[in-house]
Amino acid sequence: MSSLSPTPGKAFDYAPAPESRAAVDIAASYGLFIDGKFTEAADGGTLKTVNPATEEVLAEVAVGGAADVDRAVKAARKAFKSWSALPGSERAKYLFRIARLIQEHGRELAVLETLDNGKPIRESRDSDVPLVAAHFFHYAGWADKLGHAGFGPDPKPIGVAAQVIPWNFPLLMLAWKIAPALAAGNTVVLKPAETTPLSALRFAEICVEAGLPAGVVNIVTGAGETGRAVVAHPDVDKVAFTGSTPVGKEIIRTVAGTGKKLTLELGGKAANIVYDDAALDSAIEGIVNGIFFNQGQVCCAGSRLLVQESVAEQVLEMLTRRLGTLRLGDPLDKNTDVGAINSAAQLDRIKNLVAAGDAEGAERWTAPCEIPAKGFWFPPTVFTGVTQAHRIAREEIFGPVLSVLTFRTPAEAVEKANNTPYGLSAGVWTEKGAKALWTAQRLRAGVVWTNTFNRFDPASPFGGFKESGFGREGGRQGLEAYLDV
Amino acid sequence: MSKEPMRAAGSSARLAVNKTYKLYIGGKFPRSESGRVYAVTDTKDRQLANAPRGTRKDARDAVVAARKAFGGWSGATAFNRGQVLYRIAEMLEARREEFAGEVAAAEGLGRNKALAAVDASVDRWVWYAGWTDKLAQVAGGANPVAGPYANWSTPEPTGVVAVLAPQKSSLLGLTSVVAPVIATGNTAVVVASERAPLPALAFAEVLGVSDVPGGVVNLLSGPVAEIAPWLAAHQDVNAIDLAGASHNTGVASVRDLEIAAADNLKRVLRPEAKEPDWTADPGPHRMLAFTETRTVWHPSGN
Repeated sequence: MSSLSPTPGKAFDYAPAPESRAAVDIAASYGLFIDGKFTEAADGGTLKTVNPATEEVLAEVAVGGAADVDRAVKAARKAFKSWSALPGSERAKYLFRIARLIQEHGRELAVLETLDNGKPIRESRDSDVPLVAAHFFHYAGWADKLGHAGFGPDPKPIGVAAQVIPWNFPLLMLAWKIAPALAAGNTVVLKPAETTPLSALRFAEICVEAGLPAGVVNIVTGAGETGRAVVAHPDVDKVAFTGSTPVGKEIIRTVAGTGKKLTLELGGKAANIVYDDAALDSAIEGIVNGIFFNQGQVCCAGSRLLVQESVAEQVLEMLTRRLGTLRLGDPLDKNTDVGAINSAAQLDRIKNLVAAGDAEGAERWTAPCEIPAKGFWFPPTVFTGVTQAHRIAREEIFGPVLSVLTFRTPAEAVEKANNTPYGLSAGVWTEKGAKALWTAQRLRAGVVWTNTFNRFDPASPFGGFKESGFGREGGRQGLEAYLDV
Repeated sequence: MSKEPMRAAGSSARLAVNKTYKLYIGGKFPRSESGRVYAVTDTKDRQLANAPRGTRKDARDAVVAARKAFGGWSGATAFNRGQVLYRIAEMLEARREEFAGEVAAAEGLGRNKALAAVDASVDRWVWYAGWTDKLAQVAGGANPVAGPYANWSTPEPTGVVAVLAPQKSSLLGLTSVVAPVIATGNTAVVVASERAPLPALAFAEVLGVSDVPGGVVNLLSGPVAEIAPWLAAHQDVNAIDLAGASHNTGVASVRDLEIAAADNLKRVLRPEAKEPDWTADPGPHRMLAFTETRTVWHPSGN
């Protein structure tokens, strides 16, 4: 990438530093992982998964239908009896093994994730994959300590868990779902996202390598129909979903009256509040990380910047200067900051909402960067002059688009931050500890980052207030979703 | 208080002064906006009194009052909320005999069993009064993250909670579902047992003199199947406890209400297959059902 306008970043040109693709060996086609084996879909359906940075087809994967889902649920039900009866200490050792294998295959998984998802290798290598291994390591340790977790002396697993995950953090979302489920003694049928199935299929091979009993983990690939079949299967006891709020609502209606336990991690429209007494250099880095991490395709992205009026001009000047230095391009390049948008459909969605921002009168600024000829890309974008009524201030864009609003008083900041149906995350930037805590206490959000943003840890519960869903993933609280309590 | 059938004042020399039962909304005791009542009978079908026939409009007014009260109540210190809950216990204890009469008439119990239910209700308020400043330590805590950050989680109140009170246990059941909701800082819109609402409506008078800020608990009586769907679908209600809902299919079944609640992602506490024994140790479950874990990260460094 090279900048088109004279920005300070122009002074430093980098030679390409691509990570090697040799670490991965992608098969031409993949079946469904059911009962410990890869099998074809009953009706032979397939879909193609592409590299969003090049539009190259990476592989064909099977599309699971109702019969396949039924087979997977039966396998999980059969495995549940012995898996749940294993001593927790034995289940723990399987999970520790998996954590270790993920570490051993770390580079391969990072490259595979970047190829299938489009995220920069710097993120998949330094953030996604280490967090995946850490998550399994964390929950492995819970498997034989469930009686000390605050859910009674001998909490029981629920049974067969149906898990549907999104494409933005494919392997990390798999880990958030599978690790606590298995630790608690459940078995799972997991459906990865249509556009990012490959790391989940590689995970299935890791389960085999770890000697995990057949049927404990089943991976059924496919699109929306497959997901619906997994959620609606009558012999599923628990449903866990991460994805959009509209689909979350559809799932609630599907499971209504069945008694299936449900946890949902849905959309967000997080406010990132910058007070005039913030350390602005740090805040700028936090704003950039908040909305441009993973191309903004993050449910907890800091997509609404609320900046105190007295420093708004200075913050915007610093922010656009910093954005001019971001390097957009080949996700496998170790110097890339902004990778590809995951799919053509997502790119369309981003473009539509950006067009709405233009039409509603907000002022658009676009980072000066070259867009590669092939693949799905969107440059870092900042809207100013945004009001609370604008669609770009209310709807989740799920892309590298920041909406900037201003405020005068802390009370106004809190009111604007909470003026959303969502409540997943929020950020606060101030050097005054008392003000940071005062603000954090009033934000109706499940995760509040003060003087930092987009930090994740297996020991730290994650999940939303309001229409961002319910239930928590991570830590002791994350066990509750998979225990019959 | 002994319940005398309404239409037969008996042979006593003095004619009893019967109570007009009213709703409790925003700290006030209005009649239903419907201007209608329904006859409440004892278990032998003798009329005890009339109860207000609450409506959608009453439910909406109650939600407005509950929302208005949420900021103050959730912002009060946990110690302060504990004091207020304890005051409820004191006020209920003071009217122990009266409530024994209410419960006996409503549930068809003998005096001793009714008194036991009242005593258990008082004790339950005391129990929850003691929980207010402990739940965050039990359910929250410091999280040892792998980095230079202070990271901690606390259970925060969900917001406005609609509560369908149990149909059978008119006072202990009511207490057992309302106390855990408000202990953590939520505000409540409660629909009393449809068949036996009088103990609940009388209990509102206890709340009225217990330092509970107006709007923290709002109490409606009336047909559950008419009122509950509006509360389940209300966009400014954050959660609903279906303790008193019917498992049967049809209007206002558990399934229908779950579907109605989907639209704004209400937290739903599903009822058990049949009404539980409310004398059992409740544990923290009902409090946790209406809290949200908030996790705060802050860098540590110099």
